Amino acid sequence: MNQEVLNDDNFESCPLIFDNEMEIEFSSLSKNESFARTVVAAFVSQLNPTLEEIADIKTAVSEAVTNSIIHGYRNTVGKIIMHCGIKGNEVFVDIIDHGVGIEDIPKAMEPLFTTSPEMERSGMGFAFMSAFMDQLDVESKKNEGTTVKMKKRIATT
Amino acid sequence: MDKKDSIRWTIGRKSTESAEFEIKDRTLIIHMKEDLDHHNALYIREYADKKMVTKNVQNIIFDFSQVNFMDSSGIGVILGRYKKLRLLGSGRVVVTGVCSCVNRILTMSGLYGIVDQYPDITDAFTHLN
Repeated sequence: MNQEVLNDDNFESCPLIFDNEMEIEFSSLSKNESFARTVVAAFVSQLNPTLEEIADIKTAVSEAVTNSIIHGYRNTVGKIIMHCGIKGNEVFVDIIDHGVGIEDIPKAMEPLFTTSPEMERSGMGFAFMSAFMDQLDVESKKNEGTTVKMKKRIATT
Repeated sequence: MDKKDSIRWTIGRKSTESAEFEIKDRTLIIHMKEDLDHHNALYIREYADKKMVTKNVQNIIFDFSQVNFMDSSGIGVILGRYKKLRLLGSGRVVVTGVCSCVNRILTMSGLYGIVDQYPDITDAFTHLN
């Protein structure tokens, strides 16, 4: 069956073969947000990124993982997969959940839009992800889950 | 300073502490000790709101001097406390000891439109009073 590939022009497809890659799966518990940040920072450190580049990636990962916990799994416990790949001086990070999915992705990505103002969500999650990473792509299917794909080029010195 | 005016609470969360709360001259000082993410935001929000109601708090100082990371959850915490404070009176919310990566988030979010930044708590107090 032919499937139309969406968004292929705004996101360079990930290389099939990375120089280095890793994947972890963890429970959607809020205490794992700092764990995910620490892991991605440690993995990326092999490219000798600046402190600012590390902070960028940590923030983006933190936002994506928090989204999966709060919105994807609605504070129930599911599994979140974080896949990181390195190709040349580029970092690819995918955050995958099998939660409720996003009904309207463009709406969800609007700055300041949030479905849970009562939880004091600022609606800045996707805005920060796209600001701090070079590329951001969101794929989602209702009741099947969400995949956030991000890419960042680490400046070589 | 009179002992009554300065009281410190510590939130014990298992073996780690996410924040210390202090009240001085009707100002609630929140000394955060870990990354301000969604996880710690939940605790800080809950304790800050309790203190705000029971201790007649006028101003809030978010002390970031021990914090190296903040994401959009932190914006929610600061903005939420600001809104609550404004409902109760005309107090101010200020941040102190902000590192460059926290500063970036605060700047990007536009939070400096309603929240002032000072180098340390002593400096913040001279501007609050």
